[in-house]
Amino acid sequence: MSLATLLLLADGRLPSGGHAHSGGLEPQIAAGRVRDVDGLAGFLRGKLATSGLVSAAFAAAACRRTRQWVDLDGGLDARTPSPALRKASRAQGRALLRAGRAMWPIAPIARDPHQPIALGALAAAAGLTPAEAAVAAAHSMITGSASAAVRLLGLDPYAVHALLARLAPECDRIAAVAAERSGDPVDDLPAVGAPLLDIGAEHHATWEVRLFAS
Amino acid sequence: MRAEARVVAEADGRGGTRLAVLRGESPLLLRRTGPLVDGWVTVHLVGGAAGPLRGDELRLDIEVGPGARLEMLSVAASLALPGRPAPPSVLTVTASVATGGVLRWLPEPLIAAAGCDHVVVTRVDVADGGSLLWRDDLVCGRHEETSGAVLADTMIRYAGVTLYRHELAVGPGAPGWDGAAVLGGGRAVGTLVAVGADLPRPGIAGPDAAVMPLAGPGMLATAVGDDIRAVAAALGPLCRRSRPVPLLTPASG
Repeated sequence: MSLATLLLLADGRLPSGGHAHSGGLEPQIAAGRVRDVDGLAGFLRGKLATSGLVSAAFAAAACRRTRQWVDLDGGLDARTPSPALRKASRAQGRALLRAGRAMWPIAPIARDPHQPIALGALAAAAGLTPAEAAVAAAHSMITGSASAAVRLLGLDPYAVHALLARLAPECDRIAAVAAERSGDPVDDLPAVGAPLLDIGAEHHATWEVRLFAS
Repeated sequence: MRAEARVVAEADGRGGTRLAVLRGESPLLLRRTGPLVDGWVTVHLVGGAAGPLRGDELRLDIEVGPGARLEMLSVAASLALPGRPAPPSVLTVTASVATGGVLRWLPEPLIAAAGCDHVVVTRVDVADGGSLLWRDDLVCGRHEETSGAVLADTMIRYAGVTLYRHELAVGPGAPGWDGAAVLGGGRAVGTLVAVGADLPRPGIAGPDAAVMPLAGPGMLATAVGDDIRAVAAALGPLCRRSRPVPLLTPASG
């Protein structure tokens, strides 16, 4: 285990294209559901408990079970009903693999796996543990949307980072649950969904002008 | 309270469907309703007691044989209630649909009364060439009431492959469930999974609704609303029975 390696994997400056995605926030801002830091807090808490838990569990499982990437990828397909979100996840998976391949020797894997599978593959190649992969996944789940919120709503970046600091213990808790379950059969891995993330992504994909890809 | 109910629908060999088994006990009572129309049999779930209440263990098993057509409805919304301090109430619904069989599951909504703690486990297996329409609507609390806790844990498989795996958690114990990622303050949510033939067209089904092609051969329509009427407006039109059902038309991906 290397803490510095984990920080590299979780760093928002990793050139993996994450900055192009709002993690489902842009459509909810357009729908008027997120207007301020409180609204962002509700969004991030729900996201962490749903797709955050699922992503963290699959990242940890992909790190732990490097021969089951195809099955795990299918498990995420079954948990991602929105085609716009499947496309966004695979685009981010591909970009993450590209960055990761320059950093560590990654075992052969599909060209565009879902993002959590790519993240788990990078973590395994970097010698990180499933628990560390889970933390990196949960962390990126909230930090990406938080930084998008600053750009979309012009929120005070200090207030947004104060919110992230308040969410950090919850992020750790979710990652611990995810890591604990990461050895379960694929059908039994977490599957908590977020209806408005799915619906918002489909609406967002029809917009002619948008700031973020998803 | 523990209760089990079971329904088995079979083709009758004359283009129709007969019920080989129709058995229930309070509060899961089953009644065959209406005449055989175009080969379809309709069964209503009739609530025979209050609840589900905490501690209840309920189970319903549905089996649709080759060429049989079964529609399951309910006479009224079901209301999950707190009851005495006890473990969560659990309703387990299993269904299997054989090749050429069709199952429509279109019950009235589940209402999560304040203080309830209810789990619904749904496990559906559709064989290659079977068809399914599976709807679940949830209302988070009665009028001007906070929502109780509900966990809906759903898995739908087609031809032996998991097609749709989804959990929805609302109420106390589900962080951020009323935040803008999950229900955004909406009090009602509905999902409709269509598998096999006769799928609805993908697209936008309302301001907070979408019809989405799954990665496998199926479709999910999801709607969120301030109340159940908004959900019904989005999902209702997708549940109309088109006749005759093209039983063996290959599904589109």
